[in-house]
Amino acid sequence: MTKLTELGSKPSIGPTDIDRFLRDNRFPLVEGRTVTFVYVGSADEVKLRHWISGLPTSQPFQRFQGSPMWTLTLDIPEGSRVEYKLEIVRGGHHQLIQDPLNENLARDPYGANSVVFGEGYVQPDWAKPDGEARLGEIQEQKIESAAFGETRDVLVYVPARFRTTRRYPLLVVHDGPDYLKFASLRTVLDNLIHRLEVQPMVVALTGSPHRLVEYANDERHARFIVDELVPMMEARYPLLPQASARGLMGASFGGVASLATAWRRPGVFGNLLLQSGSFVFTDIGPNDRGPVFDPVVRFMGEFRARPGRPADQAYVSCGTYEGLIYYNRSIVPLLQSTGMQVKFTEARDGHNWENWRDRLREGLTTLFPGQLMMVYE
Amino acid sequence: MVHSRVVLLGPQRLQPTLATAVASLGLRGKLGAVTAGWEERENEDQELSAHLQGRTVNLALYERADGVFRYDTELHKATRERQDRIRRSQELYRLRLAHLLEAARELKRRETRPGFEELVEPQLEGAVQALRELDREHVQRIRAIHVEFELKWRPFERESVALQRRELEALLKECSGLCIAGGHVGILLNRLRMFGILDLLRGQPIFAWSAGAMVLTERIVLFHDFPPQGSGDPEVLEAGLGAIEGVVALPHADRRLALADATRVALFARRFAPARCFALPARARVDWKDGHWTGEPGTRELKVTGELAEVGA
Repeated sequence: MTKLTELGSKPSIGPTDIDRFLRDNRFPLVEGRTVTFVYVGSADEVKLRHWISGLPTSQPFQRFQGSPMWTLTLDIPEGSRVEYKLEIVRGGHHQLIQDPLNENLARDPYGANSVVFGEGYVQPDWAKPDGEARLGEIQEQKIESAAFGETRDVLVYVPARFRTTRRYPLLVVHDGPDYLKFASLRTVLDNLIHRLEVQPMVVALTGSPHRLVEYANDERHARFIVDELVPMMEARYPLLPQASARGLMGASFGGVASLATAWRRPGVFGNLLLQSGSFVFTDIGPNDRGPVFDPVVRFMGEFRARPGRPADQAYVSCGTYEGLIYYNRSIVPLLQSTGMQVKFTEARDGHNWENWRDRLREGLTTLFPGQLMMVYE
Repeated sequence: MVHSRVVLLGPQRLQPTLATAVASLGLRGKLGAVTAGWEERENEDQELSAHLQGRTVNLALYERADGVFRYDTELHKATRERQDRIRRSQELYRLRLAHLLEAARELKRRETRPGFEELVEPQLEGAVQALRELDREHVQRIRAIHVEFELKWRPFERESVALQRRELEALLKECSGLCIAGGHVGILLNRLRMFGILDLLRGQPIFAWSAGAMVLTERIVLFHDFPPQGSGDPEVLEAGLGAIEGVVALPHADRRLALADATRVALFARRFAPARCFALPARARVDWKDGHWTGEPGTRELKVTGELAEVGA
């Protein structure tokens, strides 16, 4: 019996009982797989808006026994992270709000969502600042890009104890500034390098003012990365020259950009870290995701027909609750068929930055393992 | 060659205890320092030097080795080939090790299962013996690679190495002790071995921590129970310099080993017995004097029972 059903089974319920229920519990109320969402206030309707593929995106709350408390109980599996908002309907007016009873927020470039953690979910300690970790540095670089006909800014992560006498692997990250801001990438790199779990590396954090165009298999983007960014990085930083010490990384459309760049220019990057890639394809008929996906679908069609061998190894991850899970599952055997080593991970999470943050350790240690067993400082 | 006086310490970065250890032996004057395990950061020893009031003389073994390799390209090439062979041997050893360790762990898990209690022990003993045999075989195999290398290339007789050894001998003559810091255990071992540093000492005490402590043992054991990938099987790297006997050095054991997991602790201790497995977290200290070990209060060792016990006097 959940605490809500226990409350509901009382012979008579007064405002004091509801106040006590609200005071004594944290919301959403997680009891094993059963999660109860609560909203208190005047409304005509209250709905939960989430982005779990496979469930109706809008789930109605019920008013609790004529009180101002609205509730919704859902089955949420262990270890899940679910981002959501509440939709409040009053007098025909719809308003999307963060859950007033939940202080846990997940931020992204569009704002912030409330987030509920299923039983057993723990934010990884390696994604939180560690006082003992030596800190890397973020430097600013500019590239006069002939490919795009303009100057592009690039942030560069340089690891702690960086030395020009040493050579480093290079990781190129799409949507790099967002990875820093919303997926704690700098902290993650500091910690994993400090813990010797990944190699000290130089990371080029790129962005794009038109990512939906440039990241969708745009020839200019591949030219920018391979002919402009990599040479600039090699000129300014001591980098290992071989493909096995270079990687491309990205999430969503950034995953497409990573794969498309490696596919157009095989042999340049040995490693791909692809998170929730928007690898949408159709076997028959048009795509149902709108015109922005048309170039992606065309690329995926070409890639599926002639995959070549874009890199030597890949780490692919996707949230089980994402609509993209089907496409990501599909790409794994395709990549493997090229002779690439591929590791694939699904997580009970959605298409969001914290999902991508939580998979970074596995991805980075798969592609750029550190000397954990050999170094004792 | 076994050394008469060695002090093993816990990691020094955040809670240094080296100066106290040096003072406890009443040493005065200069102290040789080996920081080759820090690789290209070898000369960034300002904190170490300050901690010892500027008494350190860095032997610069990493830099010296680089110089030797630049000058003596034949030796460099031969050394790289040797290291490649060692790496490949390690890979093959690891394959066999994973299966043996899994068998031993599975047996250990069945120890308490009703009906299995009496049956498991002899099987477990067999599994542990197989592990020991594999470790022993691996050490011998790597040793044979080194012997072959030394007979063929005679590094100490080469001008490039001999010159450095003469300089190092002169430096060490002026030192009352030698401090060996941690870092990359393989690189540290190879640099110490390349110049035969321990043979250049004249009985001065050695203070060593982290990888520095590991290289002084007879057998270097690599370990980490919580790696991001794989099962974290403890593995033997190769024979160490053998300055101390009967011990496995486990720096950062509090972070790197599942010390609360009695099964893992017991299997670890049993596999490497009769060597004593010293946990060496920050502030730990064990002293080797004339063939005997004593530990500072609070310094513990892994026992075959799965517990940790004070090293004691």
